[in-house]
Amino acid sequence: MSFIELKDVSKSYGPRNVLSGVNLTLDEGEFVSIVGASASGKTTLLKAAAGLIPYDKGSITMAGEAVTDFSTKASYIFQNYSLLPWLSAFENVNLAVEAAFPDWPKPKQKEQSEKYLQMVGLGAALLKKPSQLSGGMRQRVSIARAFATEPRVMFLDEPFGALDALTRATLQQELTTLCRSVGRPVTALMITNNVDEAILLSDRILALSRGPGATLSPAVSVNLPRPRGADLLMHDDQAIRVRNHLAEFLLAGSDRTRPAQRPEAPAASKDVPVEASI
Amino acid sequence: MKQFLNNFALSLVGLFIVGGLWALLSATVSPDLPSPWRTWQESKVYILNPWEKRGEMDQGIGLMTAYSLFRVAKGFFLAILIGTPLGFMLGSSNTFFKMFDPTIQLLRPISPLAWLPLGLVLFRQSEPAALFTIALCSMWPTVINTMTGVRAIPQDYLNVARVLRLSKWRQFTKVWLPATLPYMFTGYRLSLGIAWLVIVAAEMLTGTPGVGGFLWQEYNSLIYSHILLSILTIGIVGFALDRMMGFAETKLRAI
Repeated sequence: MSFIELKDVSKSYGPRNVLSGVNLTLDEGEFVSIVGASASGKTTLLKAAAGLIPYDKGSITMAGEAVTDFSTKASYIFQNYSLLPWLSAFENVNLAVEAAFPDWPKPKQKEQSEKYLQMVGLGAALLKKPSQLSGGMRQRVSIARAFATEPRVMFLDEPFGALDALTRATLQQELTTLCRSVGRPVTALMITNNVDEAILLSDRILALSRGPGATLSPAVSVNLPRPRGADLLMHDDQAIRVRNHLAEFLLAGSDRTRPAQRPEAPAASKDVPVEASI
Repeated sequence: MKQFLNNFALSLVGLFIVGGLWALLSATVSPDLPSPWRTWQESKVYILNPWEKRGEMDQGIGLMTAYSLFRVAKGFFLAILIGTPLGFMLGSSNTFFKMFDPTIQLLRPISPLAWLPLGLVLFRQSEPAALFTIALCSMWPTVINTMTGVRAIPQDYLNVARVLRLSKWRQFTKVWLPATLPYMFTGYRLSLGIAWLVIVAAEMLTGTPGVGGFLWQEYNSLIYSHILLSILTIGIVGFALDRMMGFAETKLRAI
């Protein structure tokens, strides 16, 4: 039985149909990526799957139970790190640990937070504030925070999108290592606009057609041995085949759907919330 | 450092120019206005013995200032004690905002001179009436800045609170409060400024000892140099208070 299952999920914002009939299953311990262009509805899909936003039609289940709110078994990694700037690296992680394991004694919580910060190589930066850390280090803190709660599911929202290419490559490797080394299966659903990143990290990859009314392509399996290095992407036949296949789907999708289904321009502007201000 | 000295020298020049204008005015068009020198002569007993108590309304300037500051402190704390939670409620609940914002906008521009008689009617005593007036007038910047701060909390932080499944209390202490703190302090600073403005009016009308009360009494006794002494004291103390709050504010923003 699959661990996470999305059946025929649709979601609209007002008249704008973002997702229509999305089907997706993840087995326990599987790393699945969804690639798509920006504004294709990736984030909406991920947030709906994580239970952060409601969806209109279909069903989403995790371990057989309907997803109605963000699960206690899950963690979420944001593209922009989303660390609290007034807390140190340690405090940011410890806040998550305290919330996840309220019954643990304080020293055990502290130990857990420090352990995970050490795993991402930040043992020496425990007391630094996010503003004192580089982008790569911030995302490391955020990864440590996500893993320290010992989640069974990990939702990753373009986790390396804001990083430079070199930092990106290092962190991708570290993420793979972390997923394998925590001693329990971690199911991961990642969205990204980077096909190579998806190939490096995933067991299966799906492409999301360009919205509105985005749907998923059939899944492509990636059966490459891990760890996967960047050189693999250039030389391995399977990696090249997967990349071409996905690129083809994404490009075809953008050509076909764009002129036909595009709604009138003013509709989009309605989504901007208007707030009274003083 | 050199820049600082330069600025300091320039501000002294400005002070001298205004002092010169004052001397000029008292020497020419306005003979009733005491000159700076006469003001000093007639006021020095208050300045040189700031803690001396000669009578109910005849006390050193230090004591007078202390009375006023104490009164302002009480009113100000009352204001932020009420204003901060009110700001949080207005910022976090749309219903609450729609319910009370029009009333607040209506009450905000009312002058302290208008509230004081109402305070006297309500409390029948000058001291609580003064506090009521100070609190009511100085509360609004705190309310409005706190509200703005709460509304300006970035969605990212709220998302974090959600995915970490923080309890309500933790959400408040770890996310809402620190995110709003710089706004709150801007509000406190403005509130303290207003509280200090209101004190003069409150003391004038209630006749309680303090810088404002002293000012009014000396006007009635036709000792104009003491009015100037009070005005200068009010200015200096107000300036010092604002600087103090400004310092606390920059400390907070540095986080």
